[in-house]
Amino acid sequence: MKIELTGAQAASYAMMQINPDVVSAFPITPQTDIMKEYALYVRDKKVDTEFLLMESEHSALSALVGASSSGARAMTTTSSAGLAYMFEILGVASGHRLPIVMNIVNRALSGPINIHCDHSDSMACRDSGWIQLYCENSQEVYDQTLIALRLAESVSIPAMVMQDGFICSHCFQNMEVLADKEAKKFIGEYKPKYSLLDFKKCVTAGPLQLTDYYFETKKQLSLEMNNVLDSYNKIAKEYELLSKRKYAPVEDYKLKDADYVIVALNSVCGLIKDCVDELRDKKIKAGLLKIRAFRPFPYELVSKALKNAKRIVVLDRSESLGANAPLFSEIKNSVNNDELVEGCVYGLGGRDIFKEHVMELFSNMAKGKKVSRFINSR
Amino acid sequence: MMTIKDLVNSKELFVSGHRSCAGCGFPLIVRTVLAAAKKQVVASVATGCLEVTSTIYPYTNWNIPLIHSAFENSAATMTGIVHAYNSLKRKGKVKDDAKFVVFGGDGGTYDIGLQALSGALERKEDFVYVCYDNEAYMNTGIQRSGATPKGAYTTTTPAGKLEFRKDLAKIVIAHDINYVATASPHNFMDLALKAEKAFNTKGPSVLIVLSPCPLGWGSKTEESIKIAKLAVETNFWPIYEYENKKYTLNFDSEKRKPVEEFLATQGRFKHLLTPENKTVLDEIQKNIDERFLELKKLCQNK
Repeated sequence: MKIELTGAQAASYAMMQINPDVVSAFPITPQTDIMKEYALYVRDKKVDTEFLLMESEHSALSALVGASSSGARAMTTTSSAGLAYMFEILGVASGHRLPIVMNIVNRALSGPINIHCDHSDSMACRDSGWIQLYCENSQEVYDQTLIALRLAESVSIPAMVMQDGFICSHCFQNMEVLADKEAKKFIGEYKPKYSLLDFKKCVTAGPLQLTDYYFETKKQLSLEMNNVLDSYNKIAKEYELLSKRKYAPVEDYKLKDADYVIVALNSVCGLIKDCVDELRDKKIKAGLLKIRAFRPFPYELVSKALKNAKRIVVLDRSESLGANAPLFSEIKNSVNNDELVEGCVYGLGGRDIFKEHVMELFSNMAKGKKVSRFINSR
Repeated sequence: MMTIKDLVNSKELFVSGHRSCAGCGFPLIVRTVLAAAKKQVVASVATGCLEVTSTIYPYTNWNIPLIHSAFENSAATMTGIVHAYNSLKRKGKVKDDAKFVVFGGDGGTYDIGLQALSGALERKEDFVYVCYDNEAYMNTGIQRSGATPKGAYTTTTPAGKLEFRKDLAKIVIAHDINYVATASPHNFMDLALKAEKAFNTKGPSVLIVLSPCPLGWGSKTEESIKIAKLAVETNFWPIYEYENKKYTLNFDSEKRKPVEEFLATQGRFKHLLTPENKTVLDEIQKNIDERFLELKKLCQNK
């Protein structure tokens, strides 16, 4: 079915079709549109979710730890400071192996305070034991939310689905959605392994593990993370049969014979694709590698995708202050010759990136010039 | 109404083998409260002594489903459990009727967990919140909390705490909930009856129970119950109920004992009994008497 939705509405639409047992939320710009939309689904009885309007993001995620430990399907959504406030509980959710799914609308972290898009919020959480899927547009937000739910439940690891604040969350896109019935069939029924509400098999969840067990618990999670991409591929294949939309942990765009490659994630990929098309018309071999799964990171796929590139520029919309930016660092770790790779930081606090900036990157690569470390900054 | 026989014959839901100190107050509090649930019960426990002494993997002392998530979020965690129950019960995926209880220390309740507790009370979540109040951060090694009484030694107030404690009961009552009570483990039948009322209350209810801590209080392990009793008899820890907007005092002696009798049992107050600290002692006694008078007035307004 064709429909016009913003990124926030697309997330909410997928949540409506999932109809989780429990959804919690706390308002924060620019995520608030997701919970606002969901409140209407609740009011109109399109879902029968227990909709919890908590007093903070910390409590919003804490409530889901309780709900998911009780065998409920549980989802929430947040941005920026909200995600930072949840940080402590992110590790509890993954450490307890709870398949909670959370839509993140990326926004810069304070300070100075700023409401616009960058990825400093979700990138700061990259080692929290959550699966991270990044989306270019509303269509992907919808599709990846459905896939993330299946994925999280199949590996008992929580997942977050990212979209760019305002750029994606508040802009409309003509897109396709599954019929409710099809979506529900794809999602299936959640069968938890343990539940606090199973009184025949009482469990103590979240026990104290000291030097004798904690390491193994974390090791199990680490090893299971290695299986996530295989599960993703299986679930994405199933989704493709249903939706005719094909997804993989990375997306190649005119990459096969590309000499000059930009690696990026989220909404900027749309702009880069336009630039690649234009350069291809001029017979310049430009290409894009879009990273969808950032955690776990698809090292092998990236290495394979970049093996013929002559020069590579990685765009990061967040910093790792005092070290290589997050995506740049992973790409350097993926390729055989990391001297081919340069990193640029763009768009902090919502600063625009325009076509001319991307074109300049490609042109510098073609001319053998170094690229500047910061794009469109004074 | 529960009888002492019911209490004695109830199934042990918090069993022996836990590693709390000799003379610790909370094992008695937890066993008594759980005995009053009567239905299947799910508990959430905040980080603290109770959690670290009873859930050491791969062992557990809990014969009921239990979750520990973090220090400050027990009330929020329980909110999620109660709503998961509502949802799954409605869908026929859970059959049993169940009750829900949170246990948190004073640090996890008065201080770092106050926001989550306040949110849950305002939303009128249907569970019992029990604060076992040992009047300091004992799990980390005796640091001052919002519940530490004036004058008490802790490792972060080595010269004695300067401020009076917070009145948690007043704070939770301000949320307009149906049942709040303070209790002491020396009167376990009173505690059991209060827990029973709390479990039968629709919406949230809060029990604030004094929990003697020999290590943190510098008291003799065999005297915990005696000290708890003295706390009530000196009006240091008045036991009362707030039930459907009415206050009831559960213990009122014609002649309250002087606070020195309570303070003298504990090393944390030792310095208050010296002549040079007489003014502090007088302030403490005055505060106790004023607060008790205020409480008595509330109890007379029926």
